[in-house]
Amino acid sequence: MTEQVSIVTGASRGIGRSIALELGRDGNCVVVNYVGREEEARATARLIEEQGGRAIVEQGDVSLASDAERLVESALAAFGHLDVVVNNAGITRDTLVLRMKDEDWDAVMNTNLKGAFHLIRAAARPMMKQRSGRIINIASVVAIMGNAGQANYVSAKAGLIGLTKSVAREFASRNITVNAIAPGFIETDMTAGLNAEWTGKMVEQIPLGRPGSPEDVAHAVSFLASPKAAYITGQVLHIDGGMVM
Amino acid sequence: MSDTLSRVKSIIVDRLGVDEAKVVPTATFKDDLGADSLDVVELIMELEDEFDMEISDEDAERIKTVGDVVTYIDAHQ
Repeated sequence: MTEQVSIVTGASRGIGRSIALELGRDGNCVVVNYVGREEEARATARLIEEQGGRAIVEQGDVSLASDAERLVESALAAFGHLDVVVNNAGITRDTLVLRMKDEDWDAVMNTNLKGAFHLIRAAARPMMKQRSGRIINIASVVAIMGNAGQANYVSAKAGLIGLTKSVAREFASRNITVNAIAPGFIETDMTAGLNAEWTGKMVEQIPLGRPGSPEDVAHAVSFLASPKAAYITGQVLHIDGGMVM
Repeated sequence: MSDTLSRVKSIIVDRLGVDEAKVVPTATFKDDLGADSLDVVELIMELEDEFDMEISDEDAERIKTVGDVVTYIDAHQ
C-alpha cells in the first residue's frame, strides 16, 4: 500500500496539530498548514517525523483562493498525490450580534467557510483524476445547537455542514467521500480563553461528564480517512461526549 | 479535419476513454459518449486550458455535441 498524503489546515496547534500527528503515523505524509505560527507548525512537522511520518510545512491563508491552490500544488509536488484534505482552520470573533461588526462576521466566514470551499475546489481535480479522496471538514456542535455570542462562528460551521453534504453528492461518483466532524467542548487554546463559570456549565451538560481532548477528534478523523470508512459519506459525526443527540 | 477538431478529439478520447471513431461532430457527450455531468465540467476546464479561453457556465450548458465545442472554439478564438 502506498502512503497516504494529507493536507491539514490550521495544523500548528490544537485540534489541527493532533489531526496532523494522527494522519502522519505509519510513514504517511502531511502538509502542515499554518497562517501565523511558523514555529509551532515546524514543531508539529518535527513530531510527525519523530514518529516515522513525512511532513512539509506550508504557510497559507485559505481564505485566499490562491493560497489554497498553492497548498494542493505543494502536496502534489512533494508527495506526488493527494488523498486527504482536512479543513480544520478556524478563527473566532465572539460577540453578541448587537455588537458584531461586519468585519467580525466576514473574517470568520472567510476563514471557516470560504476557506474550506477554496481548498475543496482546489483538491477536487487531482482527487477526481485519482478516482479517490477523503475530505473531512471540522464543524462544531454549535452548528446544531446555536450559541449566543457566536452568530458568525455558528453560521460558518452550519454552512460547513451544508457544504459537506453538497460536495459529498457532487463527488460521490468519483469515489471521493466528504464528511464533517462536530467536536463538542474540546480542551484547546481556543477554549482555554473562555469564562470559567461558562465552561463549568458546558461540562455539566456533557453526559460523559468531561471535556474532550484534541486526540478524541483526531481519532475520528483518522477513522474517516481510513479504508474502514469507505462507505461513509455526507455524514456529521459528533465527538462531544453525548452533548448533542 | 480542422485543427480544432483534432485537438478537441484527442482531449475527449483521453478524458472519456472512448474510441476515437465514436468522436464525430454529431456525437453528444452524455448519450453517445457516456459522459456524466462531472465529466463534462472537467472536459470544459481542460478545453479552457488547451485553447487558453474562458467558457462561461451559460455557454457550457448549450454545448451538447462534439461539433458544438468545435464551433464554439472557432467562433471565440
